[in-house]
Order: sequence, then structure tokens, then C-alpha cells
Amino acid sequence: MFRKIAISAVSALVLSSGAAMAAGGATYTEDVDFSFEGPFGTYDQLQLQRGLQVFTEVCSGCHGLKYVPIRTLADEGGPHLPADQVRAYATNFSVIDKETGEEREAKDSDNFPANTGAGAPDLSMMAKARAGFSGPYGTGMNQLFRGMGGAEHTYSILTGYTGEEKEEAGTVFYENHAFAGGWISMPPPLSDDQVTYADGTPATLSQMSEDVAAFLMWAAEPHMMARKQTGFVAVVVLVLLTSLLYLTNKRLWAGVKGNKHA
Amino acid sequence: MAGIPHDHYEPKPGFQTWLHTRLPIVGLAYDTLTFPTPKNLNWMWIWGIVLTFCLALQIITGIVLVMHYTPHVDMAFASIEHIMRNVNGGHMIRYLHMNGASLFFFAVYLHIFRGLYYGSYKAPREVTWIIGIVIYILMMATAFMGYVLPWGQMSFWGATVITGLFGAIPGVGPVIQEWLLGGPAVDNATLNRFFSLHYLLPFVIAALVAVHIWAFHTTGNNNPTGVDVRRGSKEEAAKDTVPFWPYYVVKDLVALALILVIFFAVVGFMPNYLGHPDNYIEANALATPAHIVPEWYFLPFYAILRAFTADVWVVIAVEWLTFGIVDAKFFGVLAMFGAIAVMAIVPWLDTSSVRSGRYRPKFKAWFSLLVIDFVVLMWVGAMPAEEPYATISLIASAYWFAYFLVILPLLGVLEKPLPIPVTIEEDFNAHYPGAAE
Repeated sequence: MFRKIAISAVSALVLSSGAAMAAGGATYTEDVDFSFEGPFGTYDQLQLQRGLQVFTEVCSGCHGLKYVPIRTLADEGGPHLPADQVRAYATNFSVIDKETGEEREAKDSDNFPANTGAGAPDLSMMAKARAGFSGPYGTGMNQLFRGMGGAEHTYSILTGYTGEEKEEAGTVFYENHAFAGGWISMPPPLSDDQVTYADGTPATLSQMSEDVAAFLMWAAEPHMMARKQTGFVAVVVLVLLTSLLYLTNKRLWAGVKGNKHA
Repeated sequence: MAGIPHDHYEPKPGFQTWLHTRLPIVGLAYDTLTFPTPKNLNWMWIWGIVLTFCLALQIITGIVLVMHYTPHVDMAFASIEHIMRNVNGGHMIRYLHMNGASLFFFAVYLHIFRGLYYGSYKAPREVTWIIGIVIYILMMATAFMGYVLPWGQMSFWGATVITGLFGAIPGVGPVIQEWLLGGPAVDNATLNRFFSLHYLLPFVIAALVAVHIWAFHTTGNNNPTGVDVRRGSKEEAAKDTVPFWPYYVVKDLVALALILVIFFAVVGFMPNYLGHPDNYIEANALATPAHIVPEWYFLPFYAILRAFTADVWVVIAVEWLTFGIVDAKFFGVLAMFGAIAVMAIVPWLDTSSVRSGRYRPKFKAWFSLLVIDFVVLMWVGAMPAEEPYATISLIASAYWFAYFLVILPLLGVLEKPLPIPVTIEEDFNAHYPGAAE
């Protein structure tokens, strides 16, 4: 009886949260096989560095990353750049000093500056604030293996322009099937060879989109690798503990239940 | 004192007796741990420990989170990101706290449905039951206010929608709503009072949990047969029971450890699975999200709230009878609170003399339907308010009330229960023939 109930309760939980996600809007999201998906997925350090380059050279023109401390670019489990390189990188930006109220060159202890040029949203949590998938069957369980599609959403936006344009009330909109509503005010930001990668990777539109999507996933979830490792250790230890407790319990109750061979 | 007869703490001469005559705290711990517990409890009796664990987990992680959180509309969202990025282990503590709420509700629903199936609410455990329902209501209030604290889009709009329910009360509604919010709309005053109450209520819950345990330590635990432990003598009681320590402590720990395997897998590998992406967007009073969806554990009651729209004949009839005082919106609010209220008064709605559903064949079928009903309500609660979901939620809501208000009172009269075992020992020995020797 209660086994049935437990199963139905679990499926309810699964169904309803998946459905909640599906309610986010029916847009086209292309699945990309990112390295950080699944319980054992990790960030590709070189990809994050390339993504940082795309962000710096292209996106940061309009978008901010105001919740991300610049020093975390040196963190393990992230782009893992050398500390002196990060300090040098910080000088690319200028920030308003909290104490003096004056504009100055950014230091690595500062966050990336806020930037809402042309009404562009901050990208710090963009990869977690959009869900690309809710499958299979609306359960959302694919999160476990494919992520929830936030990075895919970014990728799909960047590669999803059809080339159509329209002008409404003085604003130009660009057709993009990955964007809710189908029309986006951001002009196509990337084109082939827009950046030159130091590691020689060909800078195709698809490659750059993937790289910057991965970088934004890291920006949104900088401790993902540490979290998965903690989760894995906890699961292993708890499985062991459960087994030992199960055997203890069996032995303990044997006397009460009259099982002679327990 | 009333209760199941068993051995009590005997302090040794010297310090033990000195302390015991002044504060019998060791005796209290001893009596609590050796409490005679029916020996036939099944695995559905483990949720109490899981719930106690959840309460402790939420309080401990919550206290640490408060050390780094800033309750102000301009800083709350950023302080959460500070926790997620800069605080050592902060991301793990926050994800434990977020998902801990889900585990808490998952366990409480199974705990409640266990009570409903085995008749744990029936005499003499009505007070235990009602305290339990009060705890559940406080849990909902605490979870709701906690969800507002990160000050994301869903926090803000959830708070707006839910406090709006109080605004639907005829006459005094708007005044009450403004009093709850501390202003005309959800703003800094709202965030601060929610923060204050979110910190306070868990300790009220902890106190009520103590009373809940005290109450069932007076009546004794219910058990799958619903038959009472014999209380004639210590020896007789001992045939029906085992001491809580070590038997149920170890058994409960087995279950808890297994549940934590799944819990840590969710926290470690998909911590945002049960959350909503919109809550990673800072609250914005000018941009309403496309769909405002509550957390999964509120969905069944949210479905009942939305089910009674203005075109339902019951609503039309009530509106006419009350001269328009009870409109569709207020009706929905009444239905939602009523759905919980009928659970609270179930001890007096169930007329059957047999306690456990195990010996009630017709009851089993209706109860199964109630469980399915709950799942369906959870599902439609997440769906947009349109056909066919509107009709489904109306039917499912109607069944929820029918089960408590019509089926349970009638079943007690119409149903012929199966024979129940005379003692717990008899039932236990029937399952474990070796135990009788």
C-alpha cells in the first residue's frame, strides 16, 4: 500500500517541478554536449578561458557581470588563470570606488562592473535564470545528466538569428527563435572569426557561442565542481553507512523476530 | 502518571540522586529513550525522525546563512550571491537549506498520509494530531516567508500573490493585507518582518514538536494494527513492545541514512531541480513573470485555491446566498484554508470504530483515491489556469472535501470491517512465527 503511495508521491514531485519549468516559455533550445553536464561533469578550463575572452571582447561592451568577483578567475574549478594575469586583467575595467565615490581602475578584489548599456541584462546568473529543457515528458529529470539547459539557452540565442529584422517604435528587433516571443533587441553579437583565440582554436560562430555559454555557466555556478565532489563523497559515505546500519538493524531485531540465522 | 507501564530511571546514591531530587533531567532522557514502542511498526513510522532531522538541519544551516544575509531590498539578492560565491562552503549550506525545505515537506506529507491511513488521528490521539496540523501550517508559513528572503522574481511575486489572498477577505481584507505587508505593497517592511518571522517560527515549531512527542508518549504510539498496547502490567506491556533504544533508534537511522543518500545526490548533482529559474533574477516590481508558480509542496492547495472560479455553480450559489459578500476570490481562499481545516477535524469526521485502514476494505479504496487525488492536485497546481486543467482541478478539489466530509462519516456506518487482532503480540507472531517460541 504505502510503497505505491511513496512512488506516486515521488512522481508527483517530479512531474510538478518539471511542469513548473515547462511553464517558462516554449522556445527552441538546441542541446549542446557541454563538458560540465552530468554528476561527474567538469568545466573545461581552456574553454572557460576562451569564453572569458569572448565575454571581454564582445559581451562586456553592453552586459555586466556585477555579482562575479574578478579574483575568482584565478580559482581552481574555474578559468584558473595565474594571479598576476588576473590582476592585469582587472585593469581593463573601471569601477566606482565605494569609499571615495570616485571612478578608478578596477582591482582583482572588485567585482566585474555593472553594465546596463542599451538595457542589456546582467549576465552573472543568466545560465541559471533560464531553463532550456524540461524533458523527458516534462519531468525535468534530464537535469541530472544534461543540466537544465541554461547554457544551451545562451548558445541557442547566439546562434539562433534568422537574419530577419523589423522596426517597432524606433527599436530594431531581430528574429531569433531561441528568444521568448521570437524577436530580440540585441543585434547578432557574434560572427565568424570575431575574436582570435590564443590557443589557435578556430573562432567559428558555434565555437565562440559554446565557449561563452560555458563561461557564463561558470559565472553563475562557480563552485559547481566542488559541489559535485562533495555530493559524490557524501553519497558514497552514506551508502556505506546505510549498509552497515542495515546489517546492524537486522542483527539487532533478529532476537525479537526469532530469526535464528540472522 | 498515565502511560504504558515500564521501568523508570533509578538514580544511584550520591551525585545521581542529588541531581535527580533537584532536576530529574536524566530520568526524562532515560524514560524517553526506553519508551515502550509497539514492536510491529513498519517502515512508514520512520518519517518522524526524518522530520526531526529536517528541523535540525534547517535551523543549523539557517543560523549560518543569517550570519551572511542582509535583509534589505537593495542588498538581499546580492547578499545571497555573496553567500554562494564568497562564503566558505556557503553554496553548499544554502543548497542544503533550499533542498532541506523540500525534504521536510516530502517527509511531512508521507507522515500525514501514514496517519490518515492507520487512523493515528483517532481517540485518544486527537491532540497529537491537531498539534501536528498546527506544526504543518507553521511549516508552510515558514517555508513561504523563507522563499521570499532571496528577493528574486518568484520571491517577490509569490509574496504579492499570497498576501493578496488576505486582501480577498470581505470588508477588512485590504486593511489586513496592508498590515501584513507593512505598507501598500511588498517592500522593505515586508522583507524585514518575513525575515524576523522566518527566524522565529522554527523555534515555535521545535517547541510544538516537543509537545507532539509528549502527547504520543502519553497515549503510546499507534501501530499498523491500530490495536492498543496492553497496559495491565509491565510484563504484559513488554510482550507488545520493545524499548525505543536501541530498536527504533537504529531502524530509524537506517531509513534516515538511505533518504540522505538521495538528498545529497540532489543537493550535489542537481540542486536547482526543485527551484525556479526566475528566482535567479532580482525582484522587479515592474516586470511580472509569465507564470507565477509556487514551490512544489504548495501546489495541491494552490490548485484548490484556483479551482473555484466564478462560473462554478457552488460559487454562484454561495455568492447569491451571501448577497455577494463571498465572491469567487474569497471562496477560493476559504476552500484552500478549508482543505487544511478538514484534515484538522478528521478525528471527529471518521465514524469508524476500527482504527487502522488495514482492516477496512472499502476505506482502502477511497483512501487510495485520496492519495491519487493529492498527486493530481499537485500536477494541476503547476499547470496554467485553462482547460482541461480547470475542470480537473475542480473535480480533484471536490473529491478532497468529499473524502473528509462525506465518505469518512458514511464509511464508518456502511462498512463491515475485517476482524482485528486481539493484541499486537498476536499480529507480530503471525508475521514472525519464530518470535512466538
